Amino acid sequence: MRKKLLMASSASSVITLKINGEKYTLPVDHRTTLLDALRERLALTGTKKGCDQGQCGACTVLLDGRRAVSCLQLAVAAEGREITTIEGVADGDRLHPVQQAFLDLDGFQCGYCTPGQICSAIGMIEEHAAGWPSAVTEDVRPEAGPPALTVEEIRERMSGNLCRCGAYVSIVEAVARAAEVCVDDETVSSVAGAKGAAA
Amino acid sequence: MREFEYQRAFDVAGAVALLGADPDTRFLGGGTNLVDLMKSGVERPARLVDIRELPLDEIQSAPDGSLRIGATVTNGDLAAHPEVRRRFPALAQAVLAGASGQLRNMATVGGNLLQRTRCGYFTDVTQPCNKRVPGTGCPAIEGEHHNHAILGASGHCVAVHPSDMAVALAAFDAVVHFATADGPGEVPLADFYLPVGDTPHRETVLPAGALITGITLPPAPVAAHSRYRKIRERASYAFAIGSLAAALDVQDGVVRDARLALGAVASRPWRAAAAERVLIGAPADAETYVAAADAELAAARPLPHNGYKVDLVRNLVVAVLTELAEEAAR
Repeated sequence: MRKKLLMASSASSVITLKINGEKYTLPVDHRTTLLDALRERLALTGTKKGCDQGQCGACTVLLDGRRAVSCLQLAVAAEGREITTIEGVADGDRLHPVQQAFLDLDGFQCGYCTPGQICSAIGMIEEHAAGWPSAVTEDVRPEAGPPALTVEEIRERMSGNLCRCGAYVSIVEAVARAAEVCVDDETVSSVAGAKGAAA
Repeated sequence: MREFEYQRAFDVAGAVALLGADPDTRFLGGGTNLVDLMKSGVERPARLVDIRELPLDEIQSAPDGSLRIGATVTNGDLAAHPEVRRRFPALAQAVLAGASGQLRNMATVGGNLLQRTRCGYFTDVTQPCNKRVPGTGCPAIEGEHHNHAILGASGHCVAVHPSDMAVALAAFDAVVHFATADGPGEVPLADFYLPVGDTPHRETVLPAGALITGITLPPAPVAAHSRYRKIRERASYAFAIGSLAAALDVQDGVVRDARLALGAVASRPWRAAAAERVLIGAPADAETYVAAADAELAAARPLPHNGYKVDLVRNLVVAVLTELAEEAAR
């Protein structure tokens, strides 16, 4: 019995995760993904489990301000990073401009992929504002300047988020609207440009 | 998933020491491939050494014009870097053509080089696979192989390397740097991946216990005029069924310099040296481009269901070289 306990301890750690500005200390089996830690251990169930293999984007969160899939992120390896989930993107009662745009323009049907879509869109708008090109950007050279956030650019940049209801048309409209609002009210920081900076 | 120990390394020597020569230990970078393979049981490490906090996340220009890319630079940062986009646009395009925005923010350069094939038999532990369990056979040869190799394969394995980034690196003569307990080492990317032969489970020349620390791209003025084109079965977020990184220098209607590498055709990024030999010094026209493609494809040995790749690659080479030459003439 004692031997079993010792073996178990090397396969687990007590970690502290910083999520939406709050610290959570918990023991985790090293096999635990950030997604499962959020949902099953910390009751932060806004982040959704879709494919659990990095192909659908439903579990998207922000790590140090950058979008990432939490199903392929080990919780133990997320210690020390700033984690932002869908529960933490609003400013008190004021919705994030991306959340507001999804509501105003019906950017969803069943809603299951929506938290991941919104977190992904927040990260994507930051990346675009920092001048990042995409696979459909005609000229990636910095001299060409940042590409306009066209429908084609949004579709490519959001291709990591699947929507089985097929609400893509409204999602693209919502992301376009939100990007305009974010730039206008300076919600967009320079997170994507300032590597490693906190959200 | 098998239980595992987890340790974090903060310097290169410490990481190498933690790994030791333990074949059951893996370095953890972004985890986008490794964690997925651990979930499916293909990888069963007893210990992970997390290297994401190593000081290897910089991209630096050297005085000689070369570019040094650290092993833990993320795909996202690599593709966004102004010097990469300016001097090696095909590399930025290749990285942007791979995976999704989320995965590019996690995945690292070192891990990208070492990612495993997406062959469905390799990733399914209920199937035989010479790459996963040597000596068990290769069901792909008689089975599902529409996206398998046409060049450099063997009767033991016909899987393709999945990386887009590595294709552009192969075109630009990248050098891979690594650290071992005995000190640093380096190897040209051209020699980094082993021929398939009868040992498909041995994929690279990286010594046991070595950590990839970075990549150097030597100065290559021709690379400033380069392009990566990826063909896939949907518009975005899919692996290639054929891809090409190409750079072309045309002066007075004659090809002065050319760099070509193909993706999704072999177990490694495939430098098209035979095509380059046809191109350099020849007239920059469609006849030359077809001859160049055919010179490379003369060695192609397609399987019953992937012969389309021969035509696909020929068309890809001609189309991209034509575009690059037309742009150079403007």
